[in-house]
Amino acid sequence: MGSEPRIGVYVCHCGSNIAGTVDVKELTEFARGLGSVIVARDYVFMCSDPGQEIIGNDIRDLGLNRVVVAACSPTMHELTFRRVCQEAGINPYLLEIANIREQCSWVTEDKQMATDKAKAMLSAAVKRVYYHQPLEIRKVPFNANTLIVGGGIAGIGAALEIANSEHKVYLVEQGPSIGGHMIQLDKTFPTLDCSACILTPKMTQVGSHPYIELMSYSEVEEVSGYIGNFKVKIRKRARYVNADRCNGCGLCQEKCPLKVDSEFEAGMGKRKAIYVPFPQAVPNIPVIDTEHCTYFLKGKCRLCEEVCEVNAIDFEQEDEVVEVDVGAIMLATGFSVFDPTPIYQYGYKRLDNVITSLEFERLVNSSGPTTGNIVLKDGSTPQSIAIVHCVGSRDKNYHEYCSRVCCMYALKYAHLIKEKTDAEVYQYYIDMRCFGKGYEEFYERISGEGVNFIRGKVGEVTDRDISEEEKGKLIVVAEDTLLGSMIRLPVDMVILCVAMEPQPDMEAVARLFNISRSADGFLLEKHPKLDPVATTTDGVLIAGCCQGPKDIPDTVAQASAAAARVLAMISKGEVEIEAAVATINENLCSGCKICSLICPYSAISFDEEKEACRVNEALCKGCGACVSGCMSHAIDLRHFTNEQILAQIDGTLT
Amino acid sequence: MEQVTLSANMNKEDSTWEPKLLGFLCRWCSYAGADLAGTSRKKYPANIRVIRVPCSGRVDPLFILKALRLGFDGVLVSGCHPGDCHYQSGNYFARRRMAITKKFLEYMGINPKRVQVSWVSASEGAKFAEIVTEITQELKEIGPNRVFNDERQGNGTEATE
Repeated sequence: MGSEPRIGVYVCHCGSNIAGTVDVKELTEFARGLGSVIVARDYVFMCSDPGQEIIGNDIRDLGLNRVVVAACSPTMHELTFRRVCQEAGINPYLLEIANIREQCSWVTEDKQMATDKAKAMLSAAVKRVYYHQPLEIRKVPFNANTLIVGGGIAGIGAALEIANSEHKVYLVEQGPSIGGHMIQLDKTFPTLDCSACILTPKMTQVGSHPYIELMSYSEVEEVSGYIGNFKVKIRKRARYVNADRCNGCGLCQEKCPLKVDSEFEAGMGKRKAIYVPFPQAVPNIPVIDTEHCTYFLKGKCRLCEEVCEVNAIDFEQEDEVVEVDVGAIMLATGFSVFDPTPIYQYGYKRLDNVITSLEFERLVNSSGPTTGNIVLKDGSTPQSIAIVHCVGSRDKNYHEYCSRVCCMYALKYAHLIKEKTDAEVYQYYIDMRCFGKGYEEFYERISGEGVNFIRGKVGEVTDRDISEEEKGKLIVVAEDTLLGSMIRLPVDMVILCVAMEPQPDMEAVARLFNISRSADGFLLEKHPKLDPVATTTDGVLIAGCCQGPKDIPDTVAQASAAAARVLAMISKGEVEIEAAVATINENLCSGCKICSLICPYSAISFDEEKEACRVNEALCKGCGACVSGCMSHAIDLRHFTNEQILAQIDGTLT
Repeated sequence: MEQVTLSANMNKEDSTWEPKLLGFLCRWCSYAGADLAGTSRKKYPANIRVIRVPCSGRVDPLFILKALRLGFDGVLVSGCHPGDCHYQSGNYFARRRMAITKKFLEYMGINPKRVQVSWVSASEGAKFAEIVTEITQELKEIGPNRVFNDERQGNGTEATE
């Protein structure tokens, strides 16, 4: 340890965030009485430049070799104060934070109790820091390859940004083509430019980019390693079509006798059992859907094989598992749309002409199943259409959050309906939320196009008429909260603006990449405001709707931010790794190898010669599970040693 | 010196007695959850003292015994939900170790309810506040931990409860 500990204690007021509840003067005075404390000071914002200067100067002038900062959570400013220590010439690990804001002043009402608790936390930190040891920060090279999971607009945008800097990107997409939800959309608000027109050029760029290896129809199976050095196993599912031979002529699709509902058309149209999801697909190579293909079900047909002129059909193809090494991983797995069937009263799947917003996108799309004609199930043109907002969003029974895009696309629908038909349009909204650039203006514009706005949540959509006028119509029943009365409105078509929700496999994805999810089920960012693209696992970034509902501009912005983060790591070229790793005292080790069974990273090996276990520090992540499992107390965890923790426990009882 | 005062207070057993709770929180889930309770200004009893550990798997049963011996009335061990461990399997080890520790405490004549294990994710700030409130209330019902009381006062004899 070297010289005797000389501890400096710094109490932050955080404006009134701490000082409003905790008596900071009393706390500072209390700190002065603790063992080995040379100096204790309080300051209004310890994290500010002058605050940092106070600490730095004390380290230099008073020869401090330990620092305790009583302030906000260590997740906020531990790194800031470590840097202060380092710049002032002491090892950054000789610092301890007492979290007297998030875990004291903000959660305690009584001032005396808060002050007492803060004293206990501070005393614990002082006792702990006494035993801190300087640790060496180790650096390892950062692999410049990147894995991006998800080929929607977020994944595409990020892949291009990174690849354009001439760094390799592996883009993994679960479906047969990239494009994501955006390629299914018709026009995009508020500019009304065609979604496919702005996206397909980017898709083809991805498909032909020399620095992008596109793996469509593939899934990530296993992830190991750590920031800078991940190893990822990817399963390339068998397409039963030889990608090298296929020339994308489309003859196989044409001849395939089996028709099934198309996922791309949201069930509004059909596809074949061998198919590319849509004509502009990237890659333009069909896949055989083994769930429906007659050959896979009944053992005969193989018509596609017969007609294929380049012999690309290969029924013997098998899944292939490839392993890639990457430095960073970006998740852009997107969202899925809420299925409104459980909301029985809205009649989805029960009543004809009640459709979801995604189904309407396909209906109104000129490349869609009706070539863009808005028609009812019987082929006639609707005379009146109701658009129901917040279906599954802002609803405590389903999703509490706002899906953020529905108000805007509902306005877009009104415009498209008005453009293509003479139908009356009724918007049933709770609140109009038009928050983005040009959005309010778009709202104003559509309001002027003769659209009816009814403020109220729809209670029921029914076909039970009670008057002549309602016969054969869908009747939308709602309370108009501005009029304060119930209204029944007969319409021909009802569009349900369904919520964006986490992908059904989000839990498995979070587990696979070792990251957390927030209460709404989306992936959890490191900090909701200051670090929305990072996660709690270093080197794993998130972008787009897998983090929460957002519109296209926000998705693209987040993807670019995540790409910039990756490029920053690549350009630095190396990465600091955990210094707080386990160490084994070979003299105490009995060689029972229990620790190596506990270790999830295979970081502990057995040295036959010394008959003792040994930790590979590059693999150890510092969880400490082996430490508390060691029968001989031969293992300790740096920075979380038994000595430090026991001293901290002791300190809290002051 | 401080500890003697504490024990003396406990002996009074008056209405002002407040249980002392020690919490071991893993830094990835539960500590972040506790931070979130603060960010969302959820109020909970000030009886808890938190020790940040990298993983609930780091919590040595020795720490629990040490805490009870020093005069804590209860200990909370909290980590990521099973299956969500940042280190893949640390919380499973914690779960088994704590189950055995509780058995051992019972054998020693200590109410095993003094040691509680719960899983709190980084998004469960409200749950953390609820758990601390509940455990504090429960400890008030169980009463002060006096098992090592005499030993702390230097009498050398031990009581059970």
